[in-house]
Amino acid sequence: MSLPLTAPEVLNREFLEIRCKILDLAAAWDRLGRAEGSVADDPRLARLREALTVVMDESADRAEQVQMVFSRPYDDAWQNEFKVAPR
Amino acid sequence: MDYFDPHIHMVSRITDDYETLAKMGCVGMSEPAFWAGFDRCSVDGFRDYFRQLTEIEPKRAAQYGLQHYCWLCINAKEAENVSLSREVIAMIPEFLDKPNVLGIGEIGLNKNTRNEATVFVEHLELAVKYDQQILIHTPHLEDKYQGTRMILDMLTDDSRLDHNRVLVDHVEEHTVRYVLEEGFWGGMTLYPTTKCTPQRACDIIEMYGAERLMVNSAGDWGPSKPTAVPDFILEMRRRRHPESLIRQVVYDNPLKFFSQSQNFHFTPREENAPARAVARAGLA
Repeated sequence: MSLPLTAPEVLNREFLEIRCKILDLAAAWDRLGRAEGSVADDPRLARLREALTVVMDESADRAEQVQMVFSRPYDDAWQNEFKVAPR
Repeated sequence: MDYFDPHIHMVSRITDDYETLAKMGCVGMSEPAFWAGFDRCSVDGFRDYFRQLTEIEPKRAAQYGLQHYCWLCINAKEAENVSLSREVIAMIPEFLDKPNVLGIGEIGLNKNTRNEATVFVEHLELAVKYDQQILIHTPHLEDKYQGTRMILDMLTDDSRLDHNRVLVDHVEEHTVRYVLEEGFWGGMTLYPTTKCTPQRACDIIEMYGAERLMVNSAGDWGPSKPTAVPDFILEMRRRRHPESLIRQVVYDNPLKFFSQSQNFHFTPREENAPARAVARAGLA
């Protein structure tokens, strides 16, 4: 599908919103840093960092890749384990 | 622009919401049976719930000229209780002939357990037996990808199913492709934080086209926005997409999909009037 807006038009339209979301992320990280204790070993933090790395990648499917960072894996042998099948 | 919300839980909304939806262009809605926020403990709890879906909500909707339809099932969350689920599934046929019942839904998975999968398959059996359409809930957040793939495995394993009569809801960037490739319909749920946004739904339309895709608000008892579909309409307009494309997603596609249900007798606004809706709901 051809898109009605050009890249400059998209950036003009969304720059402030993107800036706001980045600020929210930065502030959330600051909050983690100011709070008592450490979450350095929390696996969720590693996923967050991985997701941020994806955002800065040059690929065309960043949103899909970020979704996969936060997803449980799929095992196509699950039906053998569950033994659930249509009648 | 007139629109039809294909997935919204009006039992958890006040009557003012019907008025607001009517003012925003909504002309009808489809309401799947879902988790009420607590686990019901008997089949009679579900019987009363189905009465609310089939008798009360259409009357509330009709006060504002809205045409209300519903789906019946035991939801994925409560499906962990297999014995109760089987009682509910056995009771559902009592309601299938009600005028606003479209089919079986929203069935699916929640935490992707064996019990949930067992009950899902037994719902499919019910749908096939009574020739009903199917509306499917895919899990939230980290469970969505795994659960959607499992659901699609169970659907594609059953050769009796017409994929064109099945709507797989709550699709997102990492699941939509699998749903569309198998010939099912996909629903994008515009729900804060845990699901899709109007902006991302527009992105998905731009990437995959509008064929077999819809958007819905899934307005319910949690933090949600029943007017999310108009938000999508506005975002599509701001991106300068044609009115015909927007209308296809929010009006034509829902009507096309639901018209495959024997009880879907939707009257477009041009032919309709609040009085007709009132008469249909039995208020006259």
